[in-house]
Amino acid sequence: MSNRRDFMGMALGAFTGLGALGALYAAKRTWDPLPSVKSAGFTTVDVSSAQENVLYTEMWRGKPVFVLKVSKKDKAYKDKRLITVGGEKFFIAIGLCTHLGCIPSYFPDQNKFICACHGGQFDAAGEVLKAPPPSPLVIPPFKVDGKKVVLGEEGPDYKKLKAAGLVA
Amino acid sequence: MAHFDPNAKPFSNKWMNERLAVDTLKKVLSTEYWIPKNINFLWAMGMVLAATFGLLLVSGIFLLMYYLPDTKQAFDSVNYTIMSEVGFGWLWRHIHGVAASVVFLIIYIHMFTGIYYGSYKKGRELIWISGMLLFVTFSAEAFSGYMLPWGQMSYWAGMVITNLFSLGSLELNGLVEWIRGDYVPGQAFLGRFFMLHVLLMPLIIIALIVFHFGTLRLPHVNNQDGEEIDFEAEAEKWKAGNRKEAKVIPFNPVFLSKDVFVMGVYFIIFFFLVFYNFEFAMDPVNFDPADPLKTPAHIYPEWYFLWSYEILRPFSKDIGLMWFGFAQVIFFLLPFLDRSPNVAPANRRKPFRCWFWILLLDMVALTILGKLPPEGIFTTLGTVFAYLFIALWFALPFVTKMEKPVGGK
Repeated sequence: MSNRRDFMGMALGAFTGLGALGALYAAKRTWDPLPSVKSAGFTTVDVSSAQENVLYTEMWRGKPVFVLKVSKKDKAYKDKRLITVGGEKFFIAIGLCTHLGCIPSYFPDQNKFICACHGGQFDAAGEVLKAPPPSPLVIPPFKVDGKKVVLGEEGPDYKKLKAAGLVA
Repeated sequence: MAHFDPNAKPFSNKWMNERLAVDTLKKVLSTEYWIPKNINFLWAMGMVLAATFGLLLVSGIFLLMYYLPDTKQAFDSVNYTIMSEVGFGWLWRHIHGVAASVVFLIIYIHMFTGIYYGSYKKGRELIWISGMLLFVTFSAEAFSGYMLPWGQMSYWAGMVITNLFSLGSLELNGLVEWIRGDYVPGQAFLGRFFMLHVLLMPLIIIALIVFHFGTLRLPHVNNQDGEEIDFEAEAEKWKAGNRKEAKVIPFNPVFLSKDVFVMGVYFIIFFFLVFYNFEFAMDPVNFDPADPLKTPAHIYPEWYFLWSYEILRPFSKDIGLMWFGFAQVIFFLLPFLDRSPNVAPANRRKPFRCWFWILLLDMVALTILGKLPPEGIFTTLGTVFAYLFIALWFALPFVTKMEKPVGGK
């Protein structure tokens, strides 16, 4: 008798367990980003008319992306994180502070970004000048295409930066 | 087998008792649930909280009829439709906003009353823990509600708080995106926080309130001297008509009538705020629609989260997160970190008295600093007070161990 009860108990337990796992998986998938959100593609930025030391903000996957033509006078000009487009050096990065995601403001006279939320500072190549941000501003996947930059696609320059560990 | 009297009139007392034991229920839950006489107005805060939760529920139901959980329409549905088109829509919104702020003030008073009188020890541990669970769920409820008007502060608070789940250097960006349902807060985010705010969190809160009341029933509420009362013996005195000598009163109607008096005073102040001074609960920054490309100059949470926000702020990312997590859970451990057997008001527990007041003042200081911009002397002070908060909790077992036994009065 007890064997049969054990069997019934285990069978019931196993089936409800499976059902619970399935339901949990369905719940997890319901919370996942939608395919339409995931594939919300690529943004092409034309940098040919950009002026030196003026910050342009583009939108890519709902996030602001900073585009800054760095001037030769700026100390950050030699930074390896800068991207060369048509012979000019550009700083392109996701404009969200790596601390908690506020948008830092650019101060052209000081050549640096300052985040109002918790006081973090970055130079014109996105390197951290003052904590709390733990890492430089993140460079999104990009591909240089003549005078244009395609965000979201991993081009050769991006792969080189990534291999050197310089994108984040 | 239960006996059902065929002659009992439907819905008469006897008929109801046979089916639902209404007299027994009434005794257990109200007329013979005993409350000590030796208490003060601070013991009314529980019912004040229950009443405020009721107001939040009722005002929320009315807001729900016109609110639209859509990123393009949410802001206008609150600030235009509810505020200027819906008859008395402003009343529900102001009640909801003011109550959401005031409820935390009362929760803090309720908490610190418990800490002061030692009402978390000797059989009352579960009351404290269920109360802390309520604090956490109320915080989640407040945060999810704050997202709904989809103003600038909603959006950026949503961004900053969900980013906390990347857990610093662990870089769990996938988890953050999963919580948001998008790379940034958007429609998926608003929809799920709407669901959390109007259904899931309130359900959990109601269940926890029932649990909180349940944990109270056997140990009974504490009293002003931490005296261990023999509730059964004292109840017998009351029931025998010896009401003067009994140390207890029944919850209903005696204690409840005192509660209602305190609630009366509270609601006068509450509705004064709702009608004439509601601005404190309405951040002006949130009257700008959400803009993903523009961070407000200062992002700060509502006043009741400021102390823990200030513990996050002065440190580097990982360490800040660690201490922030510490601050969120450490209050749960209070019954176990307090090593003293004394249940007595803090003013009779020598070293603990200092500990209590330093903790209270430190949290007030952290709250004030959390509102100020992170610059110069404020950063230094914030760091000092954050370390003090942490040190206090590490010191608690030693402070309470040193304590000499104090007898009840």
